[in-house]
Amino acid sequence: MKLRNALIAASAIVSVTSTAALAETLTIATVNNGDMIRMQGLTDDFTEKTGHTVEWVTLEENVLRQRVTTDITTKGGAFDIMTIGMYETPIWGANGWLVPLNDLSAEYNVDDILPAMRGGLSHDGTLYAAPFYGESSMIMYRTDLMEAAGLEMPDAPTWTFIREAAAAMTDRDAEINGICLRGKAGWGEGGAFITAMSNSFGARWFDMDWNAQFDTQPWKDTLEFYVGMMMESGPPGYATNGFNENLSLFQQGKCGMWIDATVAASFVTNPDDSEVADSVGFALAPDNGLGKRSNWLWAWALAIPAGTQKTDAAKEFIEWATSTGYIELVAENEGWANVPPGARISLYENPNYQAVPFAQMTLDSILSADPNNSTVEESPYVGIQFAAIPEFAGIATEVSQEFSAVYAGQQSIDEALEKAQAITNDAMEAAGYR
Amino acid sequence: MARAVTTNRKILNTAIAWGIGLLIFFPILWTILTSFKTEAQAIADPPVFLFFDWTLENYAVVQERSNYMRFLMNSIIIAGGSTLLGLLIAVPAAWSMAFVPSRRTKDILLWMLSTKMLPAVGVLYPIYLIFIQLGILDTRVGLTVVLMLINLPIMVWMLYTYFKEIPGEILEAARMDGASLREEILYVLTPMAVPGIASTLLLNFILAWNEAFWTLNLTAAKAAPLTAFIASYSSPEGLFYAKLSAASTMAIAPILILGWFSQKQLVRGLTFGAVK
Repeated sequence: MKLRNALIAASAIVSVTSTAALAETLTIATVNNGDMIRMQGLTDDFTEKTGHTVEWVTLEENVLRQRVTTDITTKGGAFDIMTIGMYETPIWGANGWLVPLNDLSAEYNVDDILPAMRGGLSHDGTLYAAPFYGESSMIMYRTDLMEAAGLEMPDAPTWTFIREAAAAMTDRDAEINGICLRGKAGWGEGGAFITAMSNSFGARWFDMDWNAQFDTQPWKDTLEFYVGMMMESGPPGYATNGFNENLSLFQQGKCGMWIDATVAASFVTNPDDSEVADSVGFALAPDNGLGKRSNWLWAWALAIPAGTQKTDAAKEFIEWATSTGYIELVAENEGWANVPPGARISLYENPNYQAVPFAQMTLDSILSADPNNSTVEESPYVGIQFAAIPEFAGIATEVSQEFSAVYAGQQSIDEALEKAQAITNDAMEAAGYR
Repeated sequence: MARAVTTNRKILNTAIAWGIGLLIFFPILWTILTSFKTEAQAIADPPVFLFFDWTLENYAVVQERSNYMRFLMNSIIIAGGSTLLGLLIAVPAAWSMAFVPSRRTKDILLWMLSTKMLPAVGVLYPIYLIFIQLGILDTRVGLTVVLMLINLPIMVWMLYTYFKEIPGEILEAARMDGASLREEILYVLTPMAVPGIASTLLLNFILAWNEAFWTLNLTAAKAAPLTAFIASYSSPEGLFYAKLSAASTMAIAPILILGWFSQKQLVRGLTFGAVK
């Protein structure tokens, strides 16, 4: 009996020490948004299951982008997992900076990831980042104001309808603006919106020889329509409005319509923060009859930098954080409206999630976005609101500054397009594309 | 002879001074007020000033989400360490330039200051690579050294200005009495320059405390100071203004208290030698 007890004790000690030896501390760089913060609060579940602990480095999106780019290009190894987007993933994957995720376990069921997300986070068919949540853009509108204007929002409206509806909903005395859209400079702010919008007007950033296309009619049409509509029905100072500014306006009942990220749906329908929570409807982003809608596609995804020494533990974390099990864990703790959307097919087949008012429109928006075929005329790049080339972020930031100057009334549309054409062609020439 | 100032003029001057003071303090006051609002009140239009339902919820959330004490300790160690280390180098350097100037002293002083004009991002990659090679990425030691180096030109300049006000004859007398160089600096020069050294110390501590470029770029989880703590509450997609304000208030509170208690010393040091 004594011997048996001794053997049990010895095996327990061996088991504890071996678990301790395998346990790692992972450093994860991530963005500050509701879904990521929720994940941080649930990390104990991961630690309980695997023994690994997690240290979070939470940063504002632009700071994070600069921080992780510095680290990955120098192979610094400061992070074991990075939160990156659809723009970075294929570029970094092609450069060999990320660990391929093609050996995830069978239980993980990689085939359950929405094809649009999987495609956008892969390079040459290899998955380099697992989507934590995905988003597109769609119209969020005030059902009461739409009704008062005597209009009915179609599921898939055109820009012409949106402009007319915006004008009908505008009531300057009551501080209600028919439409709120991003105008703030920055490739991820106003730049993302106008690029996605331009796709529906038949514009593109580059032709097949990487020549800039800002001297073409579709770009002029896009800007003229955007500026005209915002002058008629947009909020004052829209040139400096980004996601947060428009969210704030919409939640206070000062926008008739808002076209932006699908993730905003959970904010505007939350009665704790939104004064109009019970009168919000959703529709697909508008088109112009040319076969392309103006919605974008984006995912925040978890990737493993090639410089880490903790690849196995990092993969375990990614499998945990982007699994269906994690979605159920969030639903259990925070409700189905708060689960990370847009990443898994099975989520949209779940009756509990189907009851969430914006679930179907989010899925429809994601499914209608194709990053490999985003423009009316053929283009050489992948991406909808961006072109997945390393030079794009710098060029688009400058171009969006020129456009914002138009919105602020500081220059004409022709001047801005001329400058955008020169900026883009110069940069592409310097980078050796032309 | 002092110029007579009328009562009306005094009142006007006082009002202007208070106005300017309040204008400068207003962003801090607004941040503190916002930290006690709900997220919905924080974005209300028109803004609410004092009459809202005060809440401590944001502080509770920030406390729960972040390890404030770890960030605070890192800030104290990094800002304090870099300031003290810088002082050890700056005092002898400023002594040498003030009392034993060479033909090139002015040029060296200007050159030192000119390094402050270099955009930090221009040397980010070389410094990052050096940090990787030395294994000091995300360490307090690495950050202490970098912050000391970037603040060193200001420290030397400030101390040089204060030391220039001290008559060289006093040091010469000490030397004639047999004082060594160390004794001359420690027991003669330093006590006379205490206000200047104190204000240099305080100003550079504040600069190091507030430094946000290097502290964000050279740290991850272990050595991150309060600047990283604030950055973790900023978001372009989601409203976090009230929580961000609570985090900012918690980050600036220690330095505000330090500034409040040492303001006499700070003002005295900064105006030292300003009026001859």
